[in-house]
Amino acid sequence: MEQLLQHLVNGLVLGGTYALLGIGLTLIFGLMNVVNFAHGEFYTLGAYAAFAALGLAGLDFTLALLGAIAAGALGGALCEVSLLRPLRHESIDTTMLVMIGLWIAMQNGELLVWGGVAKSIPHPFPTAPLVLGPVSLAPLRLFVLVVAAALIAASYLLIQRTKLGRAMRATFQDAETSALMGVPIERIHTATFAFGSALAAAAGALLGPIFLAYPSMGDLASLKAFSVVILGGLGNVPGATLGGLLLGVAEELGAGYVSSGYRDAVGFLIIIVVLVLRPAGIFARAERIG
Amino acid sequence: MRRSGRAVAALLALTLPFWLANPYVLHVVIMAGIFGVLALSLNLLLGYTGQLSLGHAAFFGIGAYTSALLTLRLEWSFWVALPAAATAAGLAGWCIGRLALKLRGAYFVLVTISFAGVVSLVSINWMDLTNGPLGLPGVPPPELGPWSLRTKRAYYYLVLAAVAASSLACKRLVGSRIGRAFVALRENESLAESVGVDVTHYLVLAAVVSAGLAGMAGSLYAHYTRFVSPEVFLFTYTVTMVIMVVAGGKGTLAGPLVGAGLFTALPEALRAVTSWQWQMLAYGVLLVLLVFFLPRGIVPALTAVRRRS
Amino acid sequence: MLAVRDVAVRFGGVAALDGVSFEVRPGTITSVIGPNGAGKTTAFNTITGYLRPTRGEVTYDGARLTGLRPSAIARRGIVRTFQRTSVFPALSVVDNVRVGLHLSGTAGLLEVLLGRRRLRDEETRLARQADEIVEFVGLRHRRAEIASELPYGEQRLVELGVALAAGPRVLLLDEPGAGMSAPEKGVVSGLIRRIRDQGATVLLVEHDMRMVMGISDTVIVLNGGRVIAEGAPAAIQAHPDVIRAYLGSASA
Repeated sequence: MEQLLQHLVNGLVLGGTYALLGIGLTLIFGLMNVVNFAHGEFYTLGAYAAFAALGLAGLDFTLALLGAIAAGALGGALCEVSLLRPLRHESIDTTMLVMIGLWIAMQNGELLVWGGVAKSIPHPFPTAPLVLGPVSLAPLRLFVLVVAAALIAASYLLIQRTKLGRAMRATFQDAETSALMGVPIERIHTATFAFGSALAAAAGALLGPIFLAYPSMGDLASLKAFSVVILGGLGNVPGATLGGLLLGVAEELGAGYVSSGYRDAVGFLIIIVVLVLRPAGIFARAERIG
Repeated sequence: MRRSGRAVAALLALTLPFWLANPYVLHVVIMAGIFGVLALSLNLLLGYTGQLSLGHAAFFGIGAYTSALLTLRLEWSFWVALPAAATAAGLAGWCIGRLALKLRGAYFVLVTISFAGVVSLVSINWMDLTNGPLGLPGVPPPELGPWSLRTKRAYYYLVLAAVAASSLACKRLVGSRIGRAFVALRENESLAESVGVDVTHYLVLAAVVSAGLAGMAGSLYAHYTRFVSPEVFLFTYTVTMVIMVVAGGKGTLAGPLVGAGLFTALPEALRAVTSWQWQMLAYGVLLVLLVFFLPRGIVPALTAVRRRS
Repeated sequence: MLAVRDVAVRFGGVAALDGVSFEVRPGTITSVIGPNGAGKTTAFNTITGYLRPTRGEVTYDGARLTGLRPSAIARRGIVRTFQRTSVFPALSVVDNVRVGLHLSGTAGLLEVLLGRRRLRDEETRLARQADEIVEFVGLRHRRAEIASELPYGEQRLVELGVALAAGPRVLLLDEPGAGMSAPEKGVVSGLIRRIRDQGATVLLVEHDMRMVMGISDTVIVLNGGRVIAEGAPAAIQAHPDVIRAYLGSASA
């Protein structure tokens, strides 16, 4: 029982960052109809940005986090404008290939810059865990959970309360009509991609200090983000939040009670099982023939 | 003209090991052949039925492990292990085909990726069967009567035969009503259904044949390098196959082979001047450039040029 | 004989078909007409297996079609075309038709891989059949051209050729004349008559009343998801309910 509580808490810490990854991807996938295989690379970008800011420039942790978010947003905007905007009217398969190319290029670019050896990201928190009854939690993990929750809340506010968010929701509902109503679709796409990438970078900067930063860390992040999107439904932000938490907890439980070697299989199995059992539930845009 | 060209090419292929003295170059040619089979197999799905599989390394790896385990543990002959490897991979393809029946586009891609992920994790964690990350060393080379095909020259002919057989199989398939059904799936699924093409059946069939060919390539790879580890499931292999098919020309017969030749030789040629990372970086950039500037691939572009002149 | 019995289809709370029954006599041209939203295309989709009815069934020669997949229904000789132009876009005209001949071929995987001699004869036969069908729909001069690059009217003829290739005993045509010029419609009407004369049954959804009244043996009128009239063209033209339905929709 005590172990279970501990797994749940650890799962929530992971899940909060998975939710960040998932929200970013679900917006990009749902709104732009782009299968963004490079999503995890922005996660990696965030981790290395944090590493550079903390380890090399000696900035403080909050500034490093903000720096990582800015790097993600900037990188995302750049990619959208240069690669996706010219292909806006191409098929989803075409942009998917481009994103696969970007994924490989970014990952190996990072490998060239930082080398293959994993970097540990320094952080200012004490290592002694806080003990709350049966559960112990490192202060860093608590910080990660709190920041993730704050960023999720900020995302909600942005989508529900701002003009940009309204335009995004309108575009998701019906891009053509929104364009006719004067929504600047191109700018919305750029903003969406930048926003999604910034969230991924934030997740990387948050999880990086808990684990390590290494060039291929984005591969699993991408797949986890996809499983969160599929779990939560395309373009569904609350779904992605819930899905992220669920995936985090499921992984912890799987690692704790089944086998730690299969921790990462949880995400894969979610994708397969959900897609196979409920394909219509996820992309339920029933087509009428004729 | 075409016939004589083909005869020259055949003669070239058959005598290659005799005037190609450098064993390293021969090694590259053999690898190009193995990747040629892989690219042909991926092309059946991606080029003809229009479904992108990003789990193809799984079929390759399943073939490699099946063949290695059967010859190592059960001491089966290579000649039985090869079809067994193709069958095992084909069976996996059947599973994926059945599972992903209703899925198209991005969702099909995600299921195939996840499948490859699970299989790769199994290969790492099922120590008793696969020896985990350490892999299986000492995979025996094929024996043909009294000869052992352990020289590169001998293995070259084996791979050449496999490439020829795969090309012939693909050519026959594509020229038949089965191949036309594949293309119909890609072009217009509801119209295909309306004239009696059982979409389910042909999607599964394409997955089985494609996976089977990839499994065969895996077996050839295992008995050539004599070592199999979870690295065979590396996503890099899948990406390489995709680039070969897209660059060469998806939905053409020659495209995948041209792509395989080019993208096996090119990295080797570049190896002297650049590191692996730079190459992979270049791969990524190249894939992007291809989509922008040569979306249909090299072979269709060349055909178009020749037709114009 | 194709029979539709008490078929109802609901989308959410809306009844697109609300208990429709009719029979199509073999060897006739039967048209289904009705104002927009009357349920004509829904009826087609239900007959050919693209939609599951909420209630009722469709049978052909007494055998139940409802619940079968579209490809299985096609195998029983019931073949359709689509309202919006539907061809295999990247294929040539003759290759479009060759895909349509799918059911005339018999080659299985093993035979194909082994390259049996019998297959070569079959391919020759299929190629000849394809050429005949291309000729029949009047596209011989377009034979090798890419379907998506043809003008609209000719694409519709390709579509007709693809459907004919499937060897229909009952051919369902969804607005074959839509978007065509008057002379093109004349050509299509002629083709439809010839198809019937060769023994097939034709079921037609069409808006062009001149075309419908000119070629139909029987006309079925749908309105609001129900059959409101059925009979010979002349009788239908004089039917008070039909006049009311069309006037009603025209004023709406």
